[in-house]
Amino acid sequence: MEELMEILQDLHPDVDFETEEHLVDDKILDSFDIVSLIAEINENFDIAITARDILPENFNSAKALYALIQRLEEEG
Amino acid sequence: MLFTSYGFIGFLAVLFLLYYICPRKCQWALLLAFSYCFYFLAGAEYVVFLCVTTVTIWFAACRIEDSADRQAAYLKEHKAELSREEKKACKDRLKKVRLGWILAGILLNIGILAVLKYTNFAIANINGLLGAFGQTGRLSFLNLALPLGISFYTFQAVGYLIDVYRGTVRAQRNPFRFALFVSFFPQLVQGPISRFGDLSESLYAEHPFDARTVSFGLQRILWGYFKKMVIADRMLVGVNAIIHDADACQGAYVLVGMFFYACELYADFTGGIDITIGIAQTLGITLQENFERPFFSKSLKEYWRRWHISMGTWFRDYIFYPISVCRPMQKFNKFSRRRLGENLGKRLPVYLSSFVVWFATGIWHGASWNFIAWGLGNWAVLMVSETLEPLYDRFHQRFGAGGKAYRAFEIVRTFLLVSALRTFDCYRSVPVTFRMLGSLLTARNWNILWDGSLLGLGLSLLDYGILAAGVILLLTVSLAQRRGSVRERIAAKPYPVRFVLWYGLFLAVLLAGAYGIGYDASQFIYNQF
Amino acid sequence: MRMKKNTKWHKCIKIAVSAFIVISTLFMLQRLLVPKYVDDVVEGAFIAEYYQEEKDFDIVFIGDCEVYENFSPAVLWQEYGINSYIRGSAQQYIWQSYYLLEDTLRYETPDVVVFNVLSLQYDEAQREAYNRMSLEGMEWSPAKVKAIFASMKEEENFLDYVFPILRYHTRWSRLTGTDLEYMFDTKSVSHNGYYMRVDVKPAENVPEGRILADYSFGENAWKYLDKMTALCQEKGIQLLLIKAPSLYPYWYPEWESQVEEYAAANGLRYINFLELQEDTGIDYSTDTYDGGLHMNLSGAEKLSRYLGRLLTEELGVPDRRGEAHLAALWEEKIAAYEAEKEEQYRYYGMK
Repeated sequence: MEELMEILQDLHPDVDFETEEHLVDDKILDSFDIVSLIAEINENFDIAITARDILPENFNSAKALYALIQRLEEEG
Repeated sequence: MLFTSYGFIGFLAVLFLLYYICPRKCQWALLLAFSYCFYFLAGAEYVVFLCVTTVTIWFAACRIEDSADRQAAYLKEHKAELSREEKKACKDRLKKVRLGWILAGILLNIGILAVLKYTNFAIANINGLLGAFGQTGRLSFLNLALPLGISFYTFQAVGYLIDVYRGTVRAQRNPFRFALFVSFFPQLVQGPISRFGDLSESLYAEHPFDARTVSFGLQRILWGYFKKMVIADRMLVGVNAIIHDADACQGAYVLVGMFFYACELYADFTGGIDITIGIAQTLGITLQENFERPFFSKSLKEYWRRWHISMGTWFRDYIFYPISVCRPMQKFNKFSRRRLGENLGKRLPVYLSSFVVWFATGIWHGASWNFIAWGLGNWAVLMVSETLEPLYDRFHQRFGAGGKAYRAFEIVRTFLLVSALRTFDCYRSVPVTFRMLGSLLTARNWNILWDGSLLGLGLSLLDYGILAAGVILLLTVSLAQRRGSVRERIAAKPYPVRFVLWYGLFLAVLLAGAYGIGYDASQFIYNQF
Repeated sequence: MRMKKNTKWHKCIKIAVSAFIVISTLFMLQRLLVPKYVDDVVEGAFIAEYYQEEKDFDIVFIGDCEVYENFSPAVLWQEYGINSYIRGSAQQYIWQSYYLLEDTLRYETPDVVVFNVLSLQYDEAQREAYNRMSLEGMEWSPAKVKAIFASMKEEENFLDYVFPILRYHTRWSRLTGTDLEYMFDTKSVSHNGYYMRVDVKPAENVPEGRILADYSFGENAWKYLDKMTALCQEKGIQLLLIKAPSLYPYWYPEWESQVEEYAAANGLRYINFLELQEDTGIDYSTDTYDGGLHMNLSGAEKLSRYLGRLLTEELGVPDRRGEAHLAALWEEKIAAYEAEKEEQYRYYGMK
């Protein structure tokens, strides 16, 4: 989780990812952000987030995103 | 059948009556019948293409889902006995089956679209190349008819197939119900490109007559006709005068043309979408919004989030994301970061996939270099501003830019940028467009703006008056929309006020609409895309 | 319960009032916007004027400007006691003439119908404006509906005839006082369908007709001439074909022979006034107001005298000057006829 927070803060230092729950719906993350985020996560966590996982509910909050990562790690 | 023809209005009236008389169970079937009627009237031979797309996508989607279901059932049943490797092997095997179906579905349908739409464009380019190399042989053009709305329904159907593949929606097993999703007539002409997940529920539901929904729908239709007939069709006269006689209309005319075309396109397209969504609403069906006051955007990027939304998100979800996160691209990402440094290396892959998206967006709008140049122009501006963003941020911080005046400046800047890019798709060729944009800087004919020359564009002073009033009304309504639905607020007013407002709008369309003999019945600009 | 009834009433009244406002304003707007044809292009008003008449005519003319500018019913009455009416309109196509005949037969059956053959040259409508001027004035009947469908050009729409406001919706920028004055009112602009002009412009250098690729009349034109012949036969009406003595549009010998053949084959009387200059006494230096296209008053009166004699002596059309009621009607009409004559002479400085 901490690793993820770091990546997120790197991307948008001005956003409070701890509390924000509508990252996609409120257009805080745009498509470019999401793509570079995925590249970072894929590399750091050694998983493969695919296009089918790019749903607002997976990217709306740091918590949701972390859940996605865990799920993918599990599925291996 | 044009939206602005008497026949279409009659068609709607008949449908509307039957829709609320027939048993509610049959409403969707009635819609299907009318949609095919609509399509049949546009050209009987086109129905074949529509059917092919419907049947192939329906079938592929069912197979894909069968395979996924089988996989899930099998894994669940044998959860305990299978090893991790065996599970993976099973998944991979069935995944290949699904991949086969989806590729077949996409290739066939995008292939039909591509052949019908781009064959002659390709032939023209090959001929051009042959000529350049001194060859005398020429390929002759094929006589291919482009079925009505093929770009829209193909995208809608392919989007559905991908959604089923991804497992975000359940496949529609009833082929007739699925046929309705593909052919639903209001959106055949110019979109929006609906997602199955958004549309299916209200499309197949039973809709009792609800006076409020119906009247809201009718109001929206009326507003759409106002935009289209009073503003767009009138402005079109001026646009055509300027672009068809490009050599005579340089310099300041180009600026006028830019402004006219921007307004015309906006009024025409959003008006058409208003009619589409309005029709759906009178039938109790909710379509996604396709615009969010795009001309109030502060940057081109924001503009593209707010203009033709259903197309933008389609390209994003089904082209941009898959390309950006696919394995080769991820590898390329690592590679470029290592080689080119963190900053540029991270951007390069995104630029690349954006390039593909904007090339596709351009050519989707039309098979000509104009549209490709327009798409890539958008791409270039977006990438430049993306790259320079840190610079902007610093500039903003230093000069405290963020006040109202600066926001207004940004909006005007974006509007000009969008309009300038749009000139690529209205002049007859790319070189002419560059020449015309160049003439903005060289020609010194600014006096045409006030010396009466503008009256020579086929628009009288009265027409300009109507246009000015129309554009002001459009702006006012747009501003009012920031505080929520305008129709809701009007609905809260006393009856006489509402009556005067809506009847007044009706009379405006009736009297000031550019329709009938003397005005060419202009097709919706987005028809042919 | 009472409350409920009240709101229901309330709603009914609301709807009724709204509907009334919508219908009445649309009606008023339509009346305001349609062309009135009273001070310019008066030709557009001729067709409608017929319906004001007591429809008891012995002769009815149908056709284009070659009937309504070339024959004067007033002279036919004054000199022969013939009660006649001209159902003419600008560039009236033959199918329009036919349906105007059908329309006329809804009210009366004349002894003789006179049709001018020039319009045989058109196989389809040429201009929407002419369609409008011929069709708008007709009262609604199956004949009108058929006439509209037979006439419409591709860009036209039937609804534009049913609700002319759709056609004339842009006229609000060109409204004049006349549009207000004649919103619900109309004034007589013809004399039993005759369009009077007293001025003179001699015919000089009338151009030869240019060579045509094909001189045979179209299938559609023949079809309606056949229908006209058949209808007249069925109703016991004598159909008289004429060609007015207009020098232009050019009347080709090839056309002449086709009409002569048709008349002979169907036992119809055909008079070509172009060949009767000596008998009618037409003098192209004094009897036309536009260089030979149309007759002026002098020319029209000369033709009427000739035609009147023919109708009386050869076709046995009765002299009705003895009918008191009819005579009284005509007295009024002749007075208006003479008054306009005087006015026009003054206007053109001829007296």
